[in-house]
Amino acid sequence: MDNAAPLGKDLLGIKELKRDDILQILETASAFKEVLERDIKKVPTLRGKTMVNLFFEPSTRTRMSFELAGKRLSMDVINVSIQLSSVVKGETLLDTIRTMEAYGADIVVIRHSSSGVPHLLAGNVNASVINAGDGFNEHPTQALLDLFTIRRMKGRLEGLEVAIVGDIAHSRVARSNIYAMGKLGMNIRLVGPPTLIPAGIETLPGVKVFHRMEDGLAGADVVMQLRVQKERQDSWFFPTISEYAKLYILNSKRLALAKDDAIVMHPGPINRGIEISSDVADGTRSMILDQVANGLAVRMAVLYLLSGARA
Amino acid sequence: MNDNVLIKGGRVVDPASGLDSIMDVFIENGVISKVSGGIENPPDNCSVIDSAGLLVIPGLVDMHTHLREPGFEYKETIATGTRAAVRGGFTAVCCMANTNPVNDEPAITRFILSKAASDGACPVYPIGAITVGLDGKNLAEMASLADAGCVAFSDDGKPVMDSLLMRRALEYSRIFGKPVISHSEDARLVAGGVMNEGLNATRMGLRGIPWAAEEVMIARDIALCELSGGRLHVAHISTKGSVRLIREAKARGLAVTAETCPHYFTITDEACIGYNTAAKVNPPLRARADKLAIREGLADGTIDAIATDHAPHHREEKAMGFDDAPFGISGLETALALSLRMVEKGVISLNRMIDLMSAAPCRIMGIPERRIAEGSVANITIVDPAVEWEVDPASFVSLGKNTPFEGLRLKGRAAFTIVNGRVCENFKGD
Ligand SMILES: [Zn+2]
Repeated sequence: MDNAAPLGKDLLGIKELKRDDILQILETASAFKEVLERDIKKVPTLRGKTMVNLFFEPSTRTRMSFELAGKRLSMDVINVSIQLSSVVKGETLLDTIRTMEAYGADIVVIRHSSSGVPHLLAGNVNASVINAGDGFNEHPTQALLDLFTIRRMKGRLEGLEVAIVGDIAHSRVARSNIYAMGKLGMNIRLVGPPTLIPAGIETLPGVKVFHRMEDGLAGADVVMQLRVQKERQDSWFFPTISEYAKLYILNSKRLALAKDDAIVMHPGPINRGIEISSDVADGTRSMILDQVANGLAVRMAVLYLLSGARA
Repeated sequence: MNDNVLIKGGRVVDPASGLDSIMDVFIENGVISKVSGGIENPPDNCSVIDSAGLLVIPGLVDMHTHLREPGFEYKETIATGTRAAVRGGFTAVCCMANTNPVNDEPAITRFILSKAASDGACPVYPIGAITVGLDGKNLAEMASLADAGCVAFSDDGKPVMDSLLMRRALEYSRIFGKPVISHSEDARLVAGGVMNEGLNATRMGLRGIPWAAEEVMIARDIALCELSGGRLHVAHISTKGSVRLIREAKARGLAVTAETCPHYFTITDEACIGYNTAAKVNPPLRARADKLAIREGLADGTIDAIATDHAPHHREEKAMGFDDAPFGISGLETALALSLRMVEKGVISLNRMIDLMSAAPCRIMGIPERRIAEGSVANITIVDPAVEWEVDPASFVSLGKNTPFEGLRLKGRAAFTIVNGRVCENFKGD
């Protein structure tokens, strides 16, 4: 881990990364995964550095994962949750992060409901900015932990058939995965109702679009179910939750269409009985908890590599 | 009923099979087993339909029928509506969803199908609602409806006013590849109108429905069809501008089809004069230029299908004032003769008429095509093209006697309708 090549100042999205950057993060994460399997899981690598978790959107899981990743690297961690309603946009946003900087933040992890806010901040502060999810744009560390999980299970990435099922249109997780998988030569089947497939996505490298589960799942190595946002129903992306479930739930019968050794993934939190049946979510092929565990190693790798860039 | 039927000596016309000559058609156990010139010595247990002078054509299919059941059985039932269809030469109908309850859930679809199986004189293909209760607010469970047997989706009787909802319906329908049928009418522009906007409405002191009410919606839906990649079918087009819009959309290669109804190519808003509620229909009867443009659209292929928009109403409902009477024409029993009239006038060929009334509706709705070919299930209409008759609503099998064609002398009707091999002689003893 000594000769880590710098990633650049920020991690704003997978779009901005090269294939080798992604592979480097995965390699580094493998090393940290070993650290996490030791009795004493903490290393002094980033002692004295400060990380600020700046969350404008509630997210327990991602914030906890970053927080723990920072603490395992001996960083000082500050969590800031800001209700969007209390923030006047624009000036206040920059003021907030400048305040963080005044406290000596080296890394700012930001989540925001508006796409592009991390990019705005990155251009205005000296601290490294990590995008922990912006609007429908990207969630790069989620895609990285997904790839890490797939590679650990499959031993490779190139040439794998991955089905991503559900609300692609409103999913930053799907987008980051699509960009990453495309760069790594994986074949991506996007499965969902046409109402939830965003315009032009079929033109991206490696992407094919399907509207029926049966077509999209046949022969897949990986099935990634996305969370259904029930609150989007008033925009008529589908008639009812029950019809959605009928068409797109991953149950054991449908999983049987994929390869015998296919694995099941979900970024969480899951809606049992809607996009995934309980027997599949809790079954032997489910990677859902592995994803959470691997997220820690991947985020440690990202923090480490970005700090290297600043050294 | 005999299992085996020989249709002898008729002029067999089926453009899809490339047939137009005097031939015999032999039907064994409901399936056409032989089509050839001069089948001699038919088997013993075989009934013979002497068809000399008659036309033997693929069974007609009406893609736009209001059967009114469940909920409005005093207007029509599945039993009476399908009997009217068969008498009109139709071997299947597609029924619209504006029943009570609305066909917006699989249980209603299954009810219609089971009622059609037990009481129906011909197969019924239900059309599911686009929105729950036809209220234009929420998408119906279209995939579940398609699973239950709906062949298309429409809020017919009402437009889908919300453009986003119409977009979603067209997008969502791509999952199962079924068409969305637009009842194209901007409700705001209709603004309480009851007949075509123009001098006749003005002279009668009635509120008019402008051509633009139809055309802005067709233009919108064509744009949404292109955006969504879904299949759009435009119901009952009635104006010159609608024909032009459909023609342009097709020239651009969009997945758009359109139907019209016999009343739009036969009569104009003059039929409303005298406050004749039998001529009150939606969209309204239009001007002469519209009627001629519809004929042109039939001839040049712009319009894909002739549908009846059979909309039966109770006599007492039509006996109200023009403002209050319901829209609609009982059309199943006059459609064939009115279409033959276009053939007689040279507007369209007989081949074209067959495509408009049989092959095209089947193609659009994804239901089995009627073919006069060996191996096809026998769905055949045997037309007496020479018989002259006068439209007498009292003689309609349909419960809906509401027709603006009362008293009109017409030529040609379906002497026999063969539905899935079962022969129905329509005017026995006439
Ligand atoms: Zn209509």
